[in-house]
Amino acid sequence: MTMAKTGEAGLVKAGGIFRRQIFIPIAALLALILFNLITDPSFFAINYSLNSAGDPVLSGYLITILDNASELAILAIGMTLVTAASGGQDISVGAAIAISGSVVLRVLCGDNPRPDEMQASILTAFLISCVVSMLFGAFNGALVAYFNIQPMIATLILYTAGRSIAAWINNNRLPIISDPSFGYFGSFLPGIPIPTPIFIAIICMIIIALVLKFTTLGLYTQAVGINPNSAKLNGINPSFIKFITYVIMGLCVAVAGFIKVTRFSTINYSVVALDIEMDAILAVALGGNALSGGKFSMASSILGAYVIQFLTTTLFKFNVSSSALPAYKAVVVIILVVLSAPTVREKLGKLWKNLQHARLGKEAA
Amino acid sequence: MKAVVDKKTRRLAPMSDTNLLLTITIVVFFAMYLAAMLFIGRGFLRVQTFFNILNENAALIILSCGMSIVMIAGGIDISVGKLTALICMSAAVNLDYQGGSVMSAIFLSLAIGLAFGIVQGALVAFLDIQPFIVTLAGMFFAKGMTTIVNSTQFNVQNEAFVALKNTRIYIPFLGSVNRRGVFVPAYVEIGVVVAIVTVIVLFIMLRWTKLGRSLYAVGGNPQSANMLGINVKKTRFLSHLLCGLLAGIGGFVYFLHVGSGAPSHATGAEMNAIASSIIGGTMLTGGVGNIIGTFFGVLSLSTIKNIVSLLGLDDAWWTNITVAAMICIFLVVQSVVLLRKNKRS
Amino acid sequence: MEKDSVLEMRGIYKSFYSVKALQNVDFTLREGEIHALMGENGAGKSTLIKVLTGVYAKDDGQVFLKGHEGPINIKSPEEAQKAGISTVYQEITLCPNLTVAENMYIGRSKGVITKWHQMNASANRILESLGIPAKAEQQLGSCSIAVQQMVAIARAVDMECKVLILDEPTSSLDESEVAKLFRLMLDLKARGVGIIFVTHFLDQVYEVCDRITVLRDGQLVGEYAIENLPRVELVSKMLGKELDDLSEIKSGDEEQKISNEIVYDAEGLSSIAARSPFNFSIHKGEVNGFTGLLGSGRSECVRAIFGADKVTGGTEHMNGKGVRISKPRDAMKHGIGYLPEDRKRDGIVGDLSVRDNIILALQVLEGFFGPISRAKAEKFADEYIKLLDIKTASTDTPIKSLSGGNQQKVILARWLLTNPQYLILDEPTRGIDIGTKIEIQKLVLKLAGEGKSVTFISSEIDEMLRTCSRLIVMRDGKQVGELSGGDLTQTKVMSTIAGGAK
Repeated sequence: MTMAKTGEAGLVKAGGIFRRQIFIPIAALLALILFNLITDPSFFAINYSLNSAGDPVLSGYLITILDNASELAILAIGMTLVTAASGGQDISVGAAIAISGSVVLRVLCGDNPRPDEMQASILTAFLISCVVSMLFGAFNGALVAYFNIQPMIATLILYTAGRSIAAWINNNRLPIISDPSFGYFGSFLPGIPIPTPIFIAIICMIIIALVLKFTTLGLYTQAVGINPNSAKLNGINPSFIKFITYVIMGLCVAVAGFIKVTRFSTINYSVVALDIEMDAILAVALGGNALSGGKFSMASSILGAYVIQFLTTTLFKFNVSSSALPAYKAVVVIILVVLSAPTVREKLGKLWKNLQHARLGKEAA
Repeated sequence: MKAVVDKKTRRLAPMSDTNLLLTITIVVFFAMYLAAMLFIGRGFLRVQTFFNILNENAALIILSCGMSIVMIAGGIDISVGKLTALICMSAAVNLDYQGGSVMSAIFLSLAIGLAFGIVQGALVAFLDIQPFIVTLAGMFFAKGMTTIVNSTQFNVQNEAFVALKNTRIYIPFLGSVNRRGVFVPAYVEIGVVVAIVTVIVLFIMLRWTKLGRSLYAVGGNPQSANMLGINVKKTRFLSHLLCGLLAGIGGFVYFLHVGSGAPSHATGAEMNAIASSIIGGTMLTGGVGNIIGTFFGVLSLSTIKNIVSLLGLDDAWWTNITVAAMICIFLVVQSVVLLRKNKRS
Repeated sequence: MEKDSVLEMRGIYKSFYSVKALQNVDFTLREGEIHALMGENGAGKSTLIKVLTGVYAKDDGQVFLKGHEGPINIKSPEEAQKAGISTVYQEITLCPNLTVAENMYIGRSKGVITKWHQMNASANRILESLGIPAKAEQQLGSCSIAVQQMVAIARAVDMECKVLILDEPTSSLDESEVAKLFRLMLDLKARGVGIIFVTHFLDQVYEVCDRITVLRDGQLVGEYAIENLPRVELVSKMLGKELDDLSEIKSGDEEQKISNEIVYDAEGLSSIAARSPFNFSIHKGEVNGFTGLLGSGRSECVRAIFGADKVTGGTEHMNGKGVRISKPRDAMKHGIGYLPEDRKRDGIVGDLSVRDNIILALQVLEGFFGPISRAKAEKFADEYIKLLDIKTASTDTPIKSLSGGNQQKVILARWLLTNPQYLILDEPTRGIDIGTKIEIQKLVLKLAGEGKSVTFISSEIDEMLRTCSRLIVMRDGKQVGELSGGDLTQTKVMSTIAGGAK
């Protein structure tokens, strides 16, 4: 038994755990890049053109990928922490985005769904939606951490009710913000040729990198995810750590929701960020993180988010209709997870070894 | 010393987690229905209302049974809702565009369900991939395939099928007298019969067969189950296979109820199935659950929906919010009950 | 195959990636013998057993079983059962969500249908005949660990088996249960069953076994008849070196260093687990121990001191000052460290590296906003790996891949790094090899010599006699005696544990 484990450790050591883990999304990304290079190198072209507002901006598939993946990358941050600490996933993020977006619009519009002027500053609206999202995150967190309900099931509640709550916040009306400055956050700031969501995503990544570096959040979440008993006896409060990861998830949701509503300056409660939770979970899995919790690599998850968006954009480019898209995505996902499954990797490794043995044998002969 | 121990065992009456949660569910359902009859009256006093709940939910009952089985074995299958949509669409296309018969449509439904079950089961059991990810991919695949098969909604015209769809089975001696004083017998659709038979068969399977008990063992502790001489991989595989097959049956029953193919069919059915299983006392951690509980779980879920709409809170969001609240209450009750019970022992 | 042997394993090889777990191991089990399989942790005992029962596939070698022509290839525990090999593993390998009866019959009953009535009746009969305090219909999870282990044994012996494997079945049993098990083993032996018995307790080996096979580092050392292998020789064969005399551990002069200064003192302390309030105090530089049978409440007491369970009452003082310890973090802040009884469940954080496991407690003390830098952590880890002689490939190795003894040393390092005034060690020597046991006992005395206070708990009384200067005896959750000085003898301790009633 002990020897077996030592063996595993030897294998892990050979590749270095971090390199091994981030290998999966990198390999996937390289495969996608290679595929596009072969089929159509113009995929990687970046143009400098005028947008509808008359400003010169960068455009091209790569920019689209970076732009559209912003929400997903931000959600992947929260999802990674939630997964690591509680060994489960938050499936309510799509619905929670609807809520946070709805709150932003409600604050900006007041009682009139089509105001000529915004009723509050964008910052105020954003901060209020952060608070609301974190409260909903706290609700999920409390169910998971203090009532010991499995995360997927606990968040099923908000998943079911979220979009209805979002509609209720705005009395089921469709508010539209006409002020162009609101749209800056979802498209371009005047004079800057790169889409704003990319900056927002980068800021989020920097923040989480700093948090992981200057606090012990990473160690605590992993310890709690791997062995809550032991964490508790070492002075960590496992329930609180689990709880706090859901609150952080709430914050990520608020930022992602803000980007979503500023893209369109309005909201459609039933389809905004539909199924985004699935993509976020996929990003975590694609990053090689165990969905059962424990050790995690934040960089891998974020990279996983970009891989998913890369795949989506590639498929769009090949004129796959948006409703048929999931089928293709599923096939790619299955190939990826099958290739990264431990049993398959072990077999491939053995095959490789045998091939080399055969070659060596031949050389010797 | 020995006497003390004996007394202790006797005091902890052997009520298993499964039975405890089942009892809670059944009691809550009857209490809820009774309360609805007393305080809302109206529709709830009519027998047909109860049977309509069955008619509306026959497919969900079957899907939930499949869900409970994978959950008992420690897995999850979130593909069943979209799979139902795919089956409806495929069966509809088969009937109306390819000149298929009812038999061929049934066969096709079962084949699609079984194929999903086999592939997903193999990936989960033999390649050790997390069921959530596998069935998530399955869900995406089914969703995309539905629109590839046919992208728009259409009603099936095939006569034999429509006749089957409209078949009503009257319940002897049950019914109600309408305003004109005419006795209207209560009826159920064919799907309900299929659902009830499924529930009974699966209940027997889980309680008395080797496979059934293996499912519980594997869900309770897969390593131990392996050491006890149970083929864990095979059992896991079979759980997904059964779930797929049941999704095939459930998909056709759904199709029989709505009589059309549409990409939007059965949206959220997987979550309803999970919710019903939970309300019925199945735990996502595996090893605990009961098909009868699941049956009552579905009934409870739709009863609460009916109550909400009969109270006049007709806006769609109220239904969702109430359902969510109900899941919440059940979860908290379960967790508190089990926590207290475990602390005692 | 020899005439009277039921099982022969010849030239077994098994490696995991690059680690050779078994190399050319032979093993022979004869009809009606109890055969001890001995070796330190990581010697390959469990691997050999798991190869035999089909949990692992062997790389090379042959297994012969009586009644089978030629070598037999067992690919799964299911096949092993069918071939007449039944096993009780060290960890309880039963399903807590099933009933006791099901756990006894699942995976081995014939037919597709479960006959509940018949199954419960025969299960009850067996439970009664073995004196196991459980009902067939009871959910297994509601039984105590010891009862669960007995159920596992009942399952194994009830099978029509030719070979019975007991892999450390006694670690959670108390003495009377062990005696029951031994009676059972002798019974089976008389019926011609071959029994493989793995244990860390030497006494038990010499009480029931006929023959001993010793493994070391995955290789066969030899097979011996019990009468030809005195204890000291067995130990030296297991360790591969001559053993220092155990009695040398404790030298006389250390006892004098205990000062009058009281480090920790509790009055009327109770918790939800340790219900009856107790008083306790420990001096600077003192090693004391809690002793008593399993379940006597000794672990619950120290957990209450550390705040591991919810504290329900009592007053506590550290160095004379009143303190309130309601959760582990409070205790840690006041300089108390606690090495838990169940290493796997409460001690290690399996997937984390040795380094992270070592710095964990110190990190918590440093606080959420004061992460220990990688370089510093590396330095601490290296220091303690050297100090405690922890055998690990690197500081980055996940702790779960270390052997039990080395895992325990990592946990010790974790607490030593926080430089506690008072260290509680709950069964630090459980389930680890003799070499490490001795190292840990020496370390405890060294710590006391440096002026730290230590509470040392062990199931093996002679270990406690060797290290502790004061023993608190517990029975049924209450303190029933305190022994020190001349009273510290095996017989006196035993009679105090047993109480005046006997």
